[in-house]
Amino acid sequence: MANAAAGGRDLRVSPRWREAQKRRERWIGWLLLAAGLVSVLTTAGIVLTLTVDTVQFFRHVSLWEFLTDDRWTPLFTPKHFGILPLLNGTFLVAVGSALIAVPLGLGSAIYLSEYASDRVRRVVKPLLEILAGIPTVVYGYFALTYITPLLRRYIEDLEVFNALSACIAVGVMIIPTVSSLSEDAMVAVPRSLREAAYALGATRLEVALKVVVPAAFSGIVAAIILAVSRAVGESMIVALAAGSTPKLTLNPLESIQTMTGFIVQVSQGDVGYDTVEYYSIYAVGMALFLITLLMNLLARWVVRRYQGGERA
Amino acid sequence: MGVAFQIRNLNVYYGQHQVLYDVNMDIRERAVTAIIGPSGCGKSTLLRCLNRMHDLQPGVRITGEVRFKGKNIYDDDVDPMEIRYRIGMVFQKPNPFPKSIFENVAFGPRINGYRGNLNELVERCLRQAALWDEVKDRLHKSALSLSGGQQQRLCLARALAVEPEVILMDEPASALDPISTAKLEDLILELKSRYTIVLVTHNMQQAGRVADETAFFLNGRLIEMGPTRQMFANPREKKTEEYLTGRFG
Repeated sequence: MANAAAGGRDLRVSPRWREAQKRRERWIGWLLLAAGLVSVLTTAGIVLTLTVDTVQFFRHVSLWEFLTDDRWTPLFTPKHFGILPLLNGTFLVAVGSALIAVPLGLGSAIYLSEYASDRVRRVVKPLLEILAGIPTVVYGYFALTYITPLLRRYIEDLEVFNALSACIAVGVMIIPTVSSLSEDAMVAVPRSLREAAYALGATRLEVALKVVVPAAFSGIVAAIILAVSRAVGESMIVALAAGSTPKLTLNPLESIQTMTGFIVQVSQGDVGYDTVEYYSIYAVGMALFLITLLMNLLARWVVRRYQGGERA
Repeated sequence: MGVAFQIRNLNVYYGQHQVLYDVNMDIRERAVTAIIGPSGCGKSTLLRCLNRMHDLQPGVRITGEVRFKGKNIYDDDVDPMEIRYRIGMVFQKPNPFPKSIFENVAFGPRINGYRGNLNELVERCLRQAALWDEVKDRLHKSALSLSGGQQQRLCLARALAVEPEVILMDEPASALDPISTAKLEDLILELKSRYTIVLVTHNMQQAGRVADETAFFLNGRLIEMGPTRQMFANPREKKTEEYLTGRFG
């Protein structure tokens, strides 16, 4: 190497040095591949464990019962393994938190991209993103010890553990996912389109709602789907604040249980290994995995489809 | 012939940097006025002063007056939305919305609360822009499926749809091929009987072909303005003559 560097003019290197360099490059290639493989293999491992133990579960419980029974009581007798109440809980939290996060997140995205001056944007955007960095366990305790007592002052029938507080906390938690990704999509809308609308006498709001949002539609939908799939997968907040009463209800004032909440409850360790209850968390986990996978695929499909439409 | 714009002592600054110096000029109604000059001479900046497009850009400062039909459009009691509604604009690069052809033309009338028959209006504007025959069978297809020249005529139809009094054109042919350019120039000549047209161009031949009056800008100053034929044949200023004969620019 010293040979090649000396004088900086000689372009020839010794064959030995060239061999050594080739070897080194090969090693670096292997190392980087290994780094990538870690996550691929982990994912494969998780899917494998989930599948194996889910199969175990379905030796004891029929798929039909799992999908149609309307009670989920694996920890008491008579045991019932109908996932509908858990799905219901997850659905309630996902929809409730989306009702909070979508308007607030889109509103702040529109503000940041269309109304805020550069200086305001530089301050507000990172602040908003801090929300995404707060540990979810903190949100959970905040929901339980602050939101719930506050709401109980105004809503008499509110139970101590309830879906509403969890929805609010999860909703706040996913606001930055909605706002940040939507804003990225909106900022990417060319300035020339905004000018075209302004030149026709449009107001700022008309430009935002009738030009920028439609043009950024695929990005916004993808942001919302991603945010909702985070809400579906969120566990600490719902485990702490939403309760552990699987039930078929759309009333957010009651205690419920989500799929993730159940997994947390059982993982705490009172359940014996190699029991149906134990395997049930894998079945629930598998269902959860499939739902979030489906949502991610949906987000990708929306992005590809609408971007194609915009370009064509 | 009336006067559409009276520009008085107009100065424009981008931050600390001054781009236009003490511009004074009148723009005639129902005529084509071309603004020519080399790149960076401030001609697009001047055009954007006429419909307050600079309002949208932070850091732009404007002093002086732009009187439109006698009223200074920079007065506090003037609504910039109303100004831009009455003074339409066609941009350098075709910028149709990623919507259907129909929706592009209907956009302006819709946001301004048009109450008449939208289908008729869209057809009339597309005909005026000489685009109707090419698109009448695919009005609901994406505007982005059109060619560049068609997109620019669509943008013209979109501007016509709010029935403006003035159409500002910022180098509208610079992204077009010669045939599309010729079509656009024919359109400009047809439209001038009803609209005041201000055309920014760096193409002197284009100014010669379509403009009744021409203003020559250099380094942010109006050097000379007059009837196009007269100015091209007998420029008063040495700088104008040098530019017209291709000595710089």
